[in-house]
Amino acid sequence: MKTTLAIRLAPWLATVALFIVWEAACRIFNIPVFFLPPPSLVFKAVIEFWPALYKHSLFTLSSTLVGFAMAVGFGLLLGLAVGWSRAIYAGVYPLMIGFNAIPKVAVVPILVLWFGIGFVPAVLTAFLISFFPIVVNVATGLATIEPELEDVLKALGASKLDIMRKVGIPRALPYFFGSLKVAITLAFVGAVISESVASNVGIGNLMLQAQAQFQVPLIFAGLLALAVEGIVMYALMAMLEARMTGWAQRSGFAQG
Amino acid sequence: MLQPDSANGFVTLDGVSHVYGGTGGTLAVEGLSINVSRGEFAAVVGPSGCGKSTLMKLATGLQFPFKGAVRVAGEVVSKPVKIAGMAFQAPTLLPWRTTLENLLLPLEIVEPHRSRIRRHKAEYVERAENLLASVGLRGQGSKYPWELSGGMQQRTSLCRALIHEPDLLMLDEPFGALDAFTREELWCVIRDLHAARKITIVLVTHDLREAVFLADRIFVMSARPGRIVSERVVDIPRPRDLEVTFTPQFTGIVHELREHIVKARQ
Repeated sequence: MKTTLAIRLAPWLATVALFIVWEAACRIFNIPVFFLPPPSLVFKAVIEFWPALYKHSLFTLSSTLVGFAMAVGFGLLLGLAVGWSRAIYAGVYPLMIGFNAIPKVAVVPILVLWFGIGFVPAVLTAFLISFFPIVVNVATGLATIEPELEDVLKALGASKLDIMRKVGIPRALPYFFGSLKVAITLAFVGAVISESVASNVGIGNLMLQAQAQFQVPLIFAGLLALAVEGIVMYALMAMLEARMTGWAQRSGFAQG
Repeated sequence: MLQPDSANGFVTLDGVSHVYGGTGGTLAVEGLSINVSRGEFAAVVGPSGCGKSTLMKLATGLQFPFKGAVRVAGEVVSKPVKIAGMAFQAPTLLPWRTTLENLLLPLEIVEPHRSRIRRHKAEYVERAENLLASVGLRGQGSKYPWELSGGMQQRTSLCRALIHEPDLLMLDEPFGALDAFTREELWCVIRDLHAARKITIVLVTHDLREAVFLADRIFVMSARPGRIVSERVVDIPRPRDLEVTFTPQFTGIVHELREHIVKARQ
């Protein structure tokens, strides 16, 4: 029981320690506030600008979630298609890799050209940046069916669809849910990128405005809001993963 | 006593050649002829890479020969042979299904069970539980595969191959990954299943003692491209006890087979 308590407390202690070191460093080395504000000032800014932070956070959150939902749907379908047929795999994969290599910040101006600034480009950037890991993981899960098991089922007259339903898709689920943790974080990054370049709302935009007005503690308050939202969403995905694919997580590795 | 009879063979391969990777690929087997009677326990031994696994795929209709003919139960094999069950060296159980649910998997695929299983679940669960009990796994059905030992997983894999009551059981080195004691335990399990169900079994193995202990007849294959270089009837009376493996008659046959294999490897 002692170890579980230590493990439960560890993330909180580490976070508090980080803030203490940060605060101490600011005071000891007399770092100017406009260069690096101490956390005490950042928290003060959070309270002071709470209504604005809240409003902009909600906006960022909603564009992230819409983009992420699109990425899940599209990524799942494309992953199944790529895992289903070698021809689709051979055709689509190089395109996807090429597409994934394009920095998404370079795509935002095009999206603005098409859809104007604000919500739509933020959603689309979140979508474009986050579907790739979902596709790759679903396809990998399907590709790792044991050939012997495939033989056993084929000899019984199983169709490709049977093998997909009984073996392929359940086998791909841990990969899929694992990829959601990566994808949600990326979607968040995508939304913020788009907001900082082409939006009048959202945390990204708020930080840009704070920078223009030299309100450095507010910039850091924005970062803090982003970090908290990111952690919450990641934790939700991790919980979902543990719930849906408990059978795949029985390793005792790193529990000691 | 079962006698080879090419007209009434249950599994017959007649002058079969098979190539992987289309014409121009390497020959896996060439001029391979085998004849296994109904109810017979046949073993195929040979040096590694002699095309034993190809034989498995040909006899179950997963591959088709480019020369010669494969017949199972009197019919030329042109599609997967649904009256066959298969088990391999790896148990390949699904980790998200319990042992019992793993056994039910073939029934969800093969007709007529496929369209019945939803409405007659209880009947099939009972069948699976009886089968588990017959291999010494009574009451283990609710465990997940990873909660079972290697030997128990392999027993489950055997049950999965038998659940749809196939007429033919194809075994590809099913005990290869087990320790010596567990392996001998499973020899007895398979021996008893064969005696009780009158099923035709083809066992592919590189363990000569295993082949002699279990089989009625043993085929020795040559190195690639594989064909049959020798055929040996094992005339040790049944039921056979593990003690039989220490008799001079038993070791005599093992030695004889060994010489064939040594020659086949050259």
